[in-house]
Amino acid sequence: MSGETHEAVHRHPAPTGFIRKYIFSLDHKVIGIQYIMLALVAVLVGMTMSVLMRMNLSWPGTNWPILGTLFPGGAPDGMMTPEFYLSLVTMHGTIMVFFVLTTAPQGGFGNYFLPIQIGAEDMAFPVLNMLSFWVTLVGFIVILSAIFFSGADSTVGPIGGWTGYAPLSALPNAGPGQGMGMDLWIISIAIFCVGSLLGALNFITTLLNMRTRGMSLMRMPLTCWAWFTTAVLALLSFPVLLGGGILLLLDRLAGTSFFIPGGLYLSGILSGTDERFPLHTGGSPILWQHLFWFFGHPEVYIAILPGMGATSHILSTFARKPVFGYRAMVFAIFAIGLLGFFVWGHHMFISGMSPYSAMTFSILTLSIGVPSAVKTFNWLGTLWGGRIRFTTAMLFAIGFVSLFVAGGITGLVLGQTSLDLPMHDTYFVTAHFHLVMGVASIFGMFAATYFWFPKMCGRLMNESLGKFHFWITFIGVYCIFVPMHTMGIVGMPRRFAQFTEYEYLKTLHPLVVFVSIAAIATVLAQIVFYFNLVWSIFKGKRAGENPWDATTLEWTTASPPPHDNFAGHLPVVYRGPYEFAVPGAANDFVMQTEPEVILQAVGSGREGTSGNGHDGHRH
Amino acid sequence: MGRALAVIIWILTLLSVSLFFVDKWWFPTAISSHAAALDRQFLITIIVVGVSFTAAQVGLGYMVWKYREDADRSRATYTHGSSKLEVIWTVVTAIIFIGLAVMGQSVWASLRFNDAPPGSYQVEVVGQQFQWNFHYPGTDKVFGRTEPNLIDDSALNFIGLDEADPNAKDDAVHTVLAIPAGRPVELLLRSKDVIHNIWVPQLRFKQDMVPGMVIRVHFTANTPGKYELACAELCGQLHFQMKSYLLVLPDDELGALTALPQDQFQTRMTELLAKYKLPAQN
Amino acid sequence: MATTVTGTKTIKKGKSPVGGQRFPGGNGGGSRGRNGHDGDMSHFESSANRYRIGMWVALAAILMMFTALTSAYIVRAASSNDWRPIAMPQILLLSTALIVASSGTLEMARRKLKEAFEVSYHRWLLMTTALGVAFVGSQLLAWRQLVGQGVYVGSNPHSSFFYLLTATHGVHLLGGLIALAYLRLRTRRTERDGQALAKRHAVADAVTLYWHFMDGLWIYLFLLLFFWK
Repeated sequence: MSGETHEAVHRHPAPTGFIRKYIFSLDHKVIGIQYIMLALVAVLVGMTMSVLMRMNLSWPGTNWPILGTLFPGGAPDGMMTPEFYLSLVTMHGTIMVFFVLTTAPQGGFGNYFLPIQIGAEDMAFPVLNMLSFWVTLVGFIVILSAIFFSGADSTVGPIGGWTGYAPLSALPNAGPGQGMGMDLWIISIAIFCVGSLLGALNFITTLLNMRTRGMSLMRMPLTCWAWFTTAVLALLSFPVLLGGGILLLLDRLAGTSFFIPGGLYLSGILSGTDERFPLHTGGSPILWQHLFWFFGHPEVYIAILPGMGATSHILSTFARKPVFGYRAMVFAIFAIGLLGFFVWGHHMFISGMSPYSAMTFSILTLSIGVPSAVKTFNWLGTLWGGRIRFTTAMLFAIGFVSLFVAGGITGLVLGQTSLDLPMHDTYFVTAHFHLVMGVASIFGMFAATYFWFPKMCGRLMNESLGKFHFWITFIGVYCIFVPMHTMGIVGMPRRFAQFTEYEYLKTLHPLVVFVSIAAIATVLAQIVFYFNLVWSIFKGKRAGENPWDATTLEWTTASPPPHDNFAGHLPVVYRGPYEFAVPGAANDFVMQTEPEVILQAVGSGREGTSGNGHDGHRH
Repeated sequence: MGRALAVIIWILTLLSVSLFFVDKWWFPTAISSHAAALDRQFLITIIVVGVSFTAAQVGLGYMVWKYREDADRSRATYTHGSSKLEVIWTVVTAIIFIGLAVMGQSVWASLRFNDAPPGSYQVEVVGQQFQWNFHYPGTDKVFGRTEPNLIDDSALNFIGLDEADPNAKDDAVHTVLAIPAGRPVELLLRSKDVIHNIWVPQLRFKQDMVPGMVIRVHFTANTPGKYELACAELCGQLHFQMKSYLLVLPDDELGALTALPQDQFQTRMTELLAKYKLPAQN
Repeated sequence: MATTVTGTKTIKKGKSPVGGQRFPGGNGGGSRGRNGHDGDMSHFESSANRYRIGMWVALAAILMMFTALTSAYIVRAASSNDWRPIAMPQILLLSTALIVASSGTLEMARRKLKEAFEVSYHRWLLMTTALGVAFVGSQLLAWRQLVGQGVYVGSNPHSSFFYLLTATHGVHLLGGLIALAYLRLRTRRTERDGQALAKRHAVADAVTLYWHFMDGLWIYLFLLLFFWK
């Protein structure tokens, strides 16, 4: 950290007015925090919806007077209608996938820390960065408004699941939930696509163009690799969804037939015989599924890759040990990203697609398990031989590994064509993707929050509250999602407003109730997290520049960092990102900016490395 | 903290795995020919899944227990990894995972890579929002012509059957699916509005019904009885109520049923539905 | 073992024990590392490069969207028997000529800017803008012709794709016109400062690249719509 090697940069003057500083800010750090705040609001909405859904599933036919008051249309007299339940399913999925799992990891933490970790003073295109957030926010407002605009029949929001399969979603007359709310759902997603594309463009350019002196690609923290790959996935997949969304909207509003076949008969009217149901011919419903899943599968990795990056970063920091197999980790991220574009068909085995394509997709799908397993092994390898400090961030990172395995491994079942016959569209699927792309990703974000909060706010979060939050959440999510696998094996279908119609599902009722209670308890525990967040901003213990003895560039600057990140200078990088426990070094961590390793004197140096007899330096 | 975390991880692993040993929360007893191979493949896969899951969680717990910060060691082990290990675990997982995928194809191939055997019992299935229509060809084994513009739900012509067509004379349409036991069955799947999905858990069988397409699928059911039949693709408001029954009947009983004219067909079906009971819970 | 020499630290010279390169930069260093000390111009060049990189990245996204629409086009054409190709409005030939010409004039403008012939540059840029506007006008005339023949968006799948693809391309081209205006704005004064010059050259390169891409994209769409069988 010697001053003379620092490079002078052109200093942006910090804006002074409140609006330019905090609202329409061009500063990637403020934009990152705005994204995180958006995700914190969106996740509250999404969680509330999931609790309402669980209540309806476990205690069908119960009167909840408060529901009747809040949603007189969706729950008249406090009894939830099936269409209200289904619109909750749709809104929960859409809000969680787009406005939580895509915004917080990438737009939030990526925006804040990618430029700092590569030693840049801001993103490449600050104006686009600001636009990307505001566009996304508009998308969120539109999706929320979809709840309230569903036509005269008093439904609440669109009905289509987050996948919006045509022609259900393409036909405004296909029942409640296919009215104006569905238009808004599509428009919101299209807006979101634009926002994400602006963000992805910025991430890629910043990383390629603005790395500081000495920051070679293989010296980047794994978080940067993850954000970069995520941005590439977003860049190549969101345009496809945008294209598909435009086609769907045209089918709904302009009378085209991209996804709507001919000869349809709905609520007593044949297509083309009445102005309420215009003529459609020849469209292909499966085309929508291809377009949607070409985007939808990479989207799963968009949600989880940043969590993987954060987990690698945090495991290494608190195991006080270099990341095991850095190169393998980078290749695994790339392999996952690349293969992610060739497996979308596994969502469509039983859709009427060619059985031969299904077989190909199946084999490609199971091969994507290989890089995922490689990552898991390397995380275990990182912990092996470490001196683990159990901070809350570390607990959540370890929880990420546990949940990633628990959720990911069942992909071996679902990725097989034949096993998809009984498993498709059951709770087994729900359990699988909630654990791996939902909860594991969120654990990655919790870890990131506890880890980087001191950098962002200058104060540490409360560790006791944090640990309480961890224990309840970790046990809670296992209790919620593991039983869902067995529900799926028995044959409980997804997206059913009630299970009372089917005899063979009655045996599952105790499990359904158990899951709901676990879900409510877990959701309540999140209040502790929100409280901790707010309390720590004002009352947390002050953090210095580097409270965790970490090595990467964000810990070389003030907490919170100044407007241009490094106060007028750019750091110079001399080594890889995870130099912990370097034999002979005075400290057990060597920062990326240290030009020379400061050694301990001879006597103590030997002691430092001979701790447990491992020779260490192996490649 | 490290020990507590390890113990919690292990307990959660044990509880998770033991949940899969509860008999009553397992597949309902299968009734189709391909189910034995499918259930075996599922069992092999779930064992691989269970063993990998347990091994990873036990390993994670072990690392957390063993390598917690303590006074004995002042430094962690300094290593950047091992290429040998990377190669080993990449190759081993690749063999297991891709091997599973390839193994899983045989059941799939037997069901989907070939047409239904000649002489299969044919039923046309027409899904519509929240109702099933099963179209039986009758004794001539030829389906009467159907036409979208003849569909008239209010006149109970749900599938647009052309009454003028001679082949339609002996056809029957009912909301319950009746098929023979021990003989291959071919279903012609259609939908007249949105995507539906025909699913009988005991058959280990599921297939989307896509409007604008006729999807032909085949299977053989062996055990006579009455089973619940569900729609497994979100099709709108009352999706959860789009329910019917599958009746697997001895060949002669089914033959007698399909020989009946439409009105008697309906009453006989009602009797059969009352005669057969749903399978007992596991 | 108690450490007795905690206060004494030695700095080891020579090869670092860490194993990585001791010196920053090297062959894989960050872009600023490579160029930071090779003189000011190349540093500015490297920083300005973000406009070129950013444009390539943006084009990748646009390409993906049109790839998706193309695959939808091919699938839809093959999936049914209601595909009735519309007759090509003749004015589209004019459109094609206009946009090809505009690509040429913008390329001239870009070169003149690099050679610092400012007057000539502004003339070529203005010509490009005029050709671009004429292209949009010509496309609108094609639409009017079709509407006159009673061919609308929903008439048949081919006309749906025709309107969709021309409209999507048109929206992107309007973006290109805005980019031309932005370029004009950025280059309204003569510039001597090295950093600002590097930046405006990079912006000009990016805008030109985008415009050429729109040109190529139109030719591709034109062939797809009327000559693909």
